[in-house]
Amino acid sequence: MAGGVGVDLENLWIRFGDFVAVRDANVNINGGDFFSFLGPSGCGKTTILRAISGFLQPSEGRVLIGGNDMAGIGPNKRPTALIFQNLALFPLMKIWENITFSMEVKGASSAERRKRADELLEMIALEGQGDKLPSELSGGQKQRVAIARALCAEPDVLLLDEPLSALDLKLRQHMRTELREIQQRVGITFIYITHDQGEALTMSDNVAVMRAGVIEQIGTGHDVYDLPATPFVASFVGENNVFRGRILEVNGTEALIRTNRSGDLLAQITPAARGVLKPGDEAMMFIRPEALSLVDDAGAHEKTSLTAKVVNEEFEGNSYSVFLEGDGGKRIKMSLPNVGQDRIASKGEDLTLKYELRNAVVMPAGELAAE
Amino acid sequence: MGKTVASKAEKLSISTLLISIIPIVIIVLVLFDTLVSDGFSAASSLIVGLIILWVAVICGVLATELFSDFFRTNGRLLGSVMLGLVAFWIIVLILLPQLSMLDYSFRYNLPPSEQGGPKDVYTLANYRHLIYGAGGGEGTYNTVDLMVFLRTIIAAMAVTVADLILCYPLAYYLGQSRGSGFVRLLVVLLIIPYWINEILRAFALKIVFADGGILNAAMMKLGLIDQPIDFIRADVALYAGLGYAYILLMLFPMYNAIESLDRNQIEAARDMGASWIRIHRRIVIPHAKPGITSGMTMVFMLSAGALAAPQILGGPSSLWFTQLVYQWFNGSLNWQQGAAYAIVLLVASITIVLTFMKIFKVNMGDIGK
Repeated sequence: MAGGVGVDLENLWIRFGDFVAVRDANVNINGGDFFSFLGPSGCGKTTILRAISGFLQPSEGRVLIGGNDMAGIGPNKRPTALIFQNLALFPLMKIWENITFSMEVKGASSAERRKRADELLEMIALEGQGDKLPSELSGGQKQRVAIARALCAEPDVLLLDEPLSALDLKLRQHMRTELREIQQRVGITFIYITHDQGEALTMSDNVAVMRAGVIEQIGTGHDVYDLPATPFVASFVGENNVFRGRILEVNGTEALIRTNRSGDLLAQITPAARGVLKPGDEAMMFIRPEALSLVDDAGAHEKTSLTAKVVNEEFEGNSYSVFLEGDGGKRIKMSLPNVGQDRIASKGEDLTLKYELRNAVVMPAGELAAE
Repeated sequence: MGKTVASKAEKLSISTLLISIIPIVIIVLVLFDTLVSDGFSAASSLIVGLIILWVAVICGVLATELFSDFFRTNGRLLGSVMLGLVAFWIIVLILLPQLSMLDYSFRYNLPPSEQGGPKDVYTLANYRHLIYGAGGGEGTYNTVDLMVFLRTIIAAMAVTVADLILCYPLAYYLGQSRGSGFVRLLVVLLIIPYWINEILRAFALKIVFADGGILNAAMMKLGLIDQPIDFIRADVALYAGLGYAYILLMLFPMYNAIESLDRNQIEAARDMGASWIRIHRRIVIPHAKPGITSGMTMVFMLSAGALAAPQILGGPSSLWFTQLVYQWFNGSLNWQQGAAYAIVLLVASITIVLTFMKIFKVNMGDIGK
């Protein structure tokens, strides 16, 4: 099992009548990777998962698992195991029966199943709970049972359909770490579906960001966060400040943008748009709230600083958030770590902010994620 | 537990007590009086015991479960009216008729002049008649009636199983197709024929199955048979009629149960490699068990107690046990004998249902789901 088995999607289209749920998806998932599909609800990520698990046949294109074309192979014959959003534990079966259901199907004896159940229960730290019913366990415990049940079948690929969404915040954060640890221990490929960018970034080796059936970007968490390929990715993954404007000059990988409100600003062109973006093009530039800081030596950062009026300030414990008047009624957010300073600014005051060039990214204008 | 009961009981108002307790007490006293005047026998003390038990159970249940919260939410007047109606229902419509049947079944069939006289005492003669026949002698059994009884029970079981087999796939299909327009139409189409009177439906089936009926005519036209088949004599019509009469009572509880099954569970089982048979055996049927039990109980009880279908569709040589009961009541005007037969059928049916529930590990509470 070492190394795991890769999954490839080749020109995958999935249509429901006239509706295109997945449009020409091309993804190579390496064996042993923790790979996430990230996107808002209705973007087609669950549809992709169902196509990989075999519950759904693609309209066009191929799904390959370990290099083998899966066309016509049913979910029960694929080397995948699926963890459902609502877990779908069998409520009338005991925990050990739930966990070893895949062995029951293959005709394993009850003694063998008991033994395997005990091993898996130990792995998920639920020793001695095998004779309980699912209804007697807490949310996090059920979660772990669902993982053990999926792993019991010794799949090459584990598919997870937003399995953490029903848990409360603390447990969700704890389970992220735990899922990642389990994945590294068993070494198989995990394909994870989520609308929560925090989950995707913390756990995944690679992330595919989807919008309306289209995969907008595939990359590591860092790629997706720092160098978003499209305005949608930039605004969907994490918080971001958008500056609209036109390109004035292009200089290698850098561009000067005349923004609507904040003057001329310099930014690096996102790799996907290099060579595409020309002077005169409508563009969007993004700077993260944490990449903005206060200017102490005005004038030194001529093209990487901007001035705006303070609207509001919020204290969030570990940080201050300062909101300033921005483009098109939208506010610019700056977040500064709380390192013992007093309040940053008062309402109505003009502040000059600066940023590092590598933290500003520009791309052709496009659709933003819904707030 | 004891504390809450006591606190609830304290909240009982006088009017509540008057409405619920007094009619029951009066009934008990009246029945008790008639029993005592006839002198005590084993049977009469049994009846008195049963009545007292019933009353105690009803009072206990009503007092602890319903009253305090019930009056708080509904007010005194409306609450009293509602409770009074429920008491009327339970006592007048259920308890009294059944108790009087039970009482009848232990008495002799006497002319009016001798009723209440010295000859009007309790007896087991009516039950003895079912087993030993008119002679009541040793060694001879009432084989005719006993065979009819046995045949009724077995046939009712067969009808129940046949309905189960017919309904399960349909209920699964309806339950798992998530109320699309087509499914709703299908359900309506299933219900509409039941707007027609049961007797008319039986006659309609008789027309279909008769010698010169549609079915025979069609099969002869197609050259499948030369001679019409006597479906009535072969009891095909009877079983079809019984099966059809109560099939919806099998379908709907099962449909409801299967509809509430999470689809993901089926997919999870499939994902783990389970065959369709295993999915039904391990996931769907266990989940639908309360519905299946509820449906089977109703179909069995009602077909064992059916009268119209056997009367209309039964062959000339086949009798349904209810027809014997009917004959005793209406033909022979021997209500006492009829009551005994009816009670035997009731007790046997309940015993059979409870036995099967025990075997298949179903709780009584599940049926109400």
